[in-house]
Amino acid sequence: MSTVATAKLASLEELEALRSSIRVEQQKTQTTVALCCGTGCQAYGSGRLIEVFAEALAKEGLEDSVRVRATGCHGFCERGPLVVIHPKGTFYQRVGPDDVGEIVAKTVKQGELIERLLYVDPQTKEKAQTEEQVGFYKHQHRLVFGNNGAIDPKSIRDYLAVGGYAGLAKALSELKPDELIEQITESGLRGRGGGGFLTGRKWRSCREAEGEPKYVLCNGDEGDPGAFMDRSIMEGNPHSVLEGMVIGAYAIGSNHGYIYVRAEYPLAVENLGIAIRQAEELGLLGEDILGTGFDFEIRINRGAGAFVCGESTALMASIEGKIGDPRAKYIHTTDVGLFGKPSNLNNVETWANVPLIVNRGAEWFSSMGTEKSKGTKVFSLVGKINNTGLVEVPMGVSLRDIIYKVGGGIPDGRKFKAVQIGGPSGGCIPESLLDTPVDFEQLTELGAMMGSGGLIVMDEDTCVVDIARYFMNFLCEEACGKCTPCREGTKIMLDILGRICQGKGEAEDMDKLEALGEQVQLTSLCGLGTSAANPVLSTLQYFREEYETHVKDKRCPAGVCRQLITFSVTPEACTSCAMCVKACPVEAISGGTRKGKGKDRVRVPALIDQDKCIKCRACHEACKFDAVVIS
Amino acid sequence: MPGEKSASVEEIDVSAARKIAAGHRAQGNSLVTVLQDVQTEYGYLSGEVLEAVAEEMEVPFSQAYGLATFYSSFSLQPRGKHHICVCMGTACHVRGAANILEKLERDLGISSGETSEDLKHSLESVNCLGACALGPVVVVNDAYHGKVSSRDVDKIVADLE
Ligand SMILES: Cc1cc2nc3c(=O)[nH]c(=O)nc-3n(C[C@H](O)[C@H](O)[C@H](O)COP(=O)(O)O)c2cc1C
Repeated sequence: MSTVATAKLASLEELEALRSSIRVEQQKTQTTVALCCGTGCQAYGSGRLIEVFAEALAKEGLEDSVRVRATGCHGFCERGPLVVIHPKGTFYQRVGPDDVGEIVAKTVKQGELIERLLYVDPQTKEKAQTEEQVGFYKHQHRLVFGNNGAIDPKSIRDYLAVGGYAGLAKALSELKPDELIEQITESGLRGRGGGGFLTGRKWRSCREAEGEPKYVLCNGDEGDPGAFMDRSIMEGNPHSVLEGMVIGAYAIGSNHGYIYVRAEYPLAVENLGIAIRQAEELGLLGEDILGTGFDFEIRINRGAGAFVCGESTALMASIEGKIGDPRAKYIHTTDVGLFGKPSNLNNVETWANVPLIVNRGAEWFSSMGTEKSKGTKVFSLVGKINNTGLVEVPMGVSLRDIIYKVGGGIPDGRKFKAVQIGGPSGGCIPESLLDTPVDFEQLTELGAMMGSGGLIVMDEDTCVVDIARYFMNFLCEEACGKCTPCREGTKIMLDILGRICQGKGEAEDMDKLEALGEQVQLTSLCGLGTSAANPVLSTLQYFREEYETHVKDKRCPAGVCRQLITFSVTPEACTSCAMCVKACPVEAISGGTRKGKGKDRVRVPALIDQDKCIKCRACHEACKFDAVVIS
Repeated sequence: MPGEKSASVEEIDVSAARKIAAGHRAQGNSLVTVLQDVQTEYGYLSGEVLEAVAEEMEVPFSQAYGLATFYSSFSLQPRGKHHICVCMGTACHVRGAANILEKLERDLGISSGETSEDLKHSLESVNCLGACALGPVVVVNDAYHGKVSSRDVDKIVADLE
């Protein structure tokens, strides 16, 4: 809800006093309806639900005693719109405007459950009453994401009520910058943006670098397709990012910060902007923070749609108003970065972890995870998976557990084939390696990488050659063109992959791809090029047979590559309903109707003219009887 | 000198672009931001507008044009009355986004990245909208359509009037 204008907090005591008063005030509201307004739920219409709830509550005279809270993403996008009713935590899914009246009358007023809105576990058929009982949430460990469902991202009061800015207060009052850096180093926190560099060590380099001013930067570019966790943090809990940055700035000795946000995320820009203003008003950002004499300001820069701008040097060039092409990093950006000054860049999720560590200590953080990968990691679990959404698990959990326990397995009884991890820089991991724990080193060893945390699940209907071609196409388009190996290498690899998908592959193509891939890996200028071959090399490593089938037999076993498949109708299965005939955009289907009169009336099964067929799949989709088959 | 040059070009009034640029002149590093604001104002970046911005910011035209072509969120063409955006993210891809885009291209008679001559429709594909649970996703004038099938495309196109 709207923030009441409050004077700047001049001390830590004033912060704590404000927090207490907010908590007292919030306790007066017995019931809260938390409505997920993440991107997924909004697309399903949660924006409209807010209005309908407000109307329904007003009708019952409950507008003052029940709070409707529009929150950020709860993660379980598959089942949106999501509604949680506190204090009991009753969890409703797929809520529509027509359900609202009943929710208010029964659940809000009388605490009754509405059975049909509860989540039913597809395997056990058990109904879950709260989020904790849902398999998707049960196996998670939500820290960075812990408060997303509990706060309105546009309200700093909500963030303060759940303990926000206590980490900052502690850092400023109890820790010297060096001790703070020591704590972050000891926690084992590593960058969540892909590289996995030790955060404390980066901070130390920047602190010790010569030159003024120093810059503290947040990478919210999130360019990996299929990844949206940074978005959900920026949109759903923007203050956690700001708090992390202020703590980092204090440790590093910087007074200026920038957040670089991807062009496609207008809501993130809006919520971060609101958060910055609110934090400034309360003196948690800006001059003389909490009366300690420490100054730090943050500006937001919007990206303009270039994947390469997620790379550190390109990002800095972009903030400077230039074309975002990377430079070689003989000299680290911690020494010479933005505007030629020492700069410390961390990812959104990395920053959001910082307040947690300061609050609960390095030991607590490092007790989670594997030997070298500590804490939790947020993944976006998407593709051919039952429970699409954002999941946060401790490092060291196996991919199998993420996919089957949290994700609920593969839909429609299909078989798992591979999981792509790490986006365009990552790789495909097959069934046989699913017990691999999520850990920076172990994933890299398999030819994949943690990346930013996109997990794209593929089933037997996904063609791995097509996926490799997809990523190569992406990288080829996004390559900035500055260095030759990446610019030309991605283009040639794409050409070869395209040929293979068209059935024009040659026996040497696989070896060529491998040789070229290794060259591009070794000789490119920035991370885009050095990792560009990963999707190809990892699929060649684990799915070479599928490549060979494309090249030698001119067949696509998954039924994806257009030039290698044909569509036909099984006459016995065809009911002559003519749906396919209507769906075909090029009039390639004849028959599919009934002919004659009375007793002589016969069914004529549909027939696809192969010369006319453009393989658009419309008939396959339209057929309700599985009569259109792909071979 | 607004007005002087614009007499020769069509009706595009570049004064708003000049005003936005003038507000930022002090910070030489904000050209990307200026172009973003100018695009919000005009819907796209025409040659005239880019020229005006370059002049106002005291940078070579090539620099402004370079940025406008490097960053994919800048458009050098006007958008249609209905702007249709197809997500090509990985999650959408594995669920058949390529077929959806192709069908839209066929049905609208324009390729991705183009605007129809009557300025009614424009079609664009983007790398990822971050609404992966809904894939394949098509956004029509900011309204999201999730789990789109080719039949939904028929409906979407029919509703464009
Ligand atoms: C081509 C390319 C794209 C990248 N995109 C992103 C991105 O979208 N978000 C991000 O946080 N890091 C991205 N990175 C990694 C950054 O360069 C950098 O390592 C990271 O932001 C540092 O923060 P961290 O140590 O907290 O991970 C990208 C790197 C490359 C080479």
